[in-house]
Amino acid sequence: MPDNIEYKKKEIPGSVEKIGWILLGLGVILGAVAFLVDSSRAFFTYLITFMFVLSVAVGALFIVALEYLAGADWSVPFRRIPEFFAGAIPFLALLVIPLLFGFHDLFHWTHTEDVEADKILQGKTPYLNEVFFIIRTVFCIGVWYIFYRLFTRNSRKQDETGDQLLTRKNITLSAIFIPVFAVTITIAAVDWLMTLEPHWFSTIFGIYFFSGSMIATLAAITLTAVLLKEKGYLHPKITNEHFYSLGALMFAFVNFWAYIAFSQYMLIWYADLPETTFWFLQRWEGPMMYISIGLIFVHFVIPYFGLVSLPSKTDPKRLKIMSVWLLFAHGLNLYWLIMPTYFSGKEVPVITWMDFTFPLIAIALFIIIFVIHAKKFNLMPVRDPKLRKGLDFHL
Amino acid sequence: MSKILYGYTALFDSPDGIMAAAQKTADDGFTKFDVHTPYPVHGMDKAMKVKPSKLGFVTLFFGLLGGALAMLFMYWTMAVDYPMVIGGKPLFPLPAFGPVTFEVIVLAATLSTVAAMIALFFYLPQNNHPLHDTDYMKNVSSDKYGLCIEAGDPLFDEKKVKTFLDAAGGKNITPIYNPDPVKYPLLQPRFLSVLLVVALSVSGLTYFTLNKLMYMPPFDWMSEQEKLTPQRTYRLFEDGYGMRMPVQGTVARGFMPYPYRDQPVLEEEGLANPLLATEEVLTLGKNKYNTFCSPCHGDHGDGDSRLRGYFPNPPSLHTPRAREWSDGQIYHVLTVGQNVMASYEPYTTREERWAIVHYIRALQRAKNASDADIQLVRSDNNAR
Repeated sequence: MPDNIEYKKKEIPGSVEKIGWILLGLGVILGAVAFLVDSSRAFFTYLITFMFVLSVAVGALFIVALEYLAGADWSVPFRRIPEFFAGAIPFLALLVIPLLFGFHDLFHWTHTEDVEADKILQGKTPYLNEVFFIIRTVFCIGVWYIFYRLFTRNSRKQDETGDQLLTRKNITLSAIFIPVFAVTITIAAVDWLMTLEPHWFSTIFGIYFFSGSMIATLAAITLTAVLLKEKGYLHPKITNEHFYSLGALMFAFVNFWAYIAFSQYMLIWYADLPETTFWFLQRWEGPMMYISIGLIFVHFVIPYFGLVSLPSKTDPKRLKIMSVWLLFAHGLNLYWLIMPTYFSGKEVPVITWMDFTFPLIAIALFIIIFVIHAKKFNLMPVRDPKLRKGLDFHL
Repeated sequence: MSKILYGYTALFDSPDGIMAAAQKTADDGFTKFDVHTPYPVHGMDKAMKVKPSKLGFVTLFFGLLGGALAMLFMYWTMAVDYPMVIGGKPLFPLPAFGPVTFEVIVLAATLSTVAAMIALFFYLPQNNHPLHDTDYMKNVSSDKYGLCIEAGDPLFDEKKVKTFLDAAGGKNITPIYNPDPVKYPLLQPRFLSVLLVVALSVSGLTYFTLNKLMYMPPFDWMSEQEKLTPQRTYRLFEDGYGMRMPVQGTVARGFMPYPYRDQPVLEEEGLANPLLATEEVLTLGKNKYNTFCSPCHGDHGDGDSRLRGYFPNPPSLHTPRAREWSDGQIYHVLTVGQNVMASYEPYTTREERWAIVHYIRALQRAKNASDADIQLVRSDNNAR
């Protein structure tokens, strides 16, 4: 039995939750207006927000599993933050419903008359048909939900009983979850993002989406941890040095993303096959060119220099800036992946007010989910066997 | 000769002890001191008030330098000194050079960091450290934690340091002296004789290898037989050549000589296409055309290939002149070449060249189709 660690829970004020509800109301109203004004574009913009919530929610569950499996000590005092964020997984089932009405707008492969005239799409129908698509979506969200329940149930039970075997159980669970995650996140990325252009294919696409979503997840965790620490909600023994690994992981995934993005680009560029290059050419047309070039800087060059030095990974101020920046970068990345399909063959402005309404829903959702969970549960796994070691962490 | 003091060392029993001692040493204003532990102790940098290492800047500088040099090298070799088109890409394809540049950055950064570390920490060219081979080093590399205050410290004073270390809880407080400068016994007869033996044997072996071993008769009696080999003289024949011309008036099997090699083909000479323009022949012609002709003449014979600009532009095959040529004249060009175009005789058979002629004729007809041709294609499509 580990010695009990003194922990006084400090309630998060209700005003934070209120802000969340106000943002959510605003987002829903503006979103509804957006659907009324231009439903076709709204579906694409809404898909960005849906994928953003999905990547952070599922990514948070992956981070929990990864930390169990790697036996990390430093992350134990922070573990509740990704656990709370993973609480968005059940809401994915709700958020996906509007998209089901937008199949015809979003996915070219649902146009039966076009598929009949297209030999390539005909060959893909065994995978790309609406029934199987919905089955896969339900399957993925269902699997994530089951693992989310199992992980959090064990973790919360430990707060009461202090049973060390629960940690052991979660480690086994992590070993099962990580390969399952690899498959399901690839299915999600291919289904919801790659099939927007049903003729296009890239075998590295699943990892590309994963690398970007890890950045967003880590940025969300870092931002929350730094804000909580500043306002005094975390254990006083947590110092700035605890943030080092969060910063280092963000830095690592910024590099990983660049590596994957470059690999994807270089192979397609080198092979120069018309059936794959058109995807990048789409992203080089008109104003999209500036967004493509900007993505390199926003998603890689600037965060690289922002996070490369040791002080930048422990300084809360710089971490806050960098994590907000990276959350924006992930949004831009998803925009870059999704919107060109809508733009192709149209003369429309690249950015409208609509692009800023739906993110409100995502931000509000995470605030509300976090605050509600923080009310019910401890902000720290208080009786985790590794907690003492985690709190005593030094660089 | 009196020994020069290097510093004072003390041993501690626990990581907490060494941590407190390091903190105290740093607080007292000592700057030239070091801590030796059997494993990395977390938080030691902070306790010792060590400034962040400047080594990272060496890594950065040499990494960038390596990357820039790699880029420059590839640019020079691939785009300036010996321009080469690979896979239809530009002469300076940035994405393709990315991975190589990245590897060179990593290599240069790593090697330079290690080299700088050795140079800075070990004070090259010195290859020995005073602490080496001391009981202190033996202890701190097994189960003790050591602190060493160097004599070079501005606050260093033998008595004060001794009492300071004692007060901090250190044990086995011992002075460490710089090792005596070693006198190398260069002129000892034993050393000289060894040197002589080495010098004699190395030069002797070199002489033997270069002057004797290399000129020994090789083991060659199987290859050096009394037989006729190509490109050799042979005394039996009048002209002395080992290789013979074919007997006059004969033709080797499967080899049809081309009679118009050194003269232009005239229309009336009757060099007619021996093949019928069947679908099979046209398919063969198309395949061979796409392989050998299209890289310059273009897929449809318009002279608009991807090599345009990198090579003298080939003419279109649809000019009136080219269309008025007889089949035999086109075959002649394929066989012996024309201007910049090389002969394709080594790469294609006679039948394949005639098939290409058929295919070129088909292309010409398709590009200049008459109304009757269009009617024909229409009715053909309808029939299908």
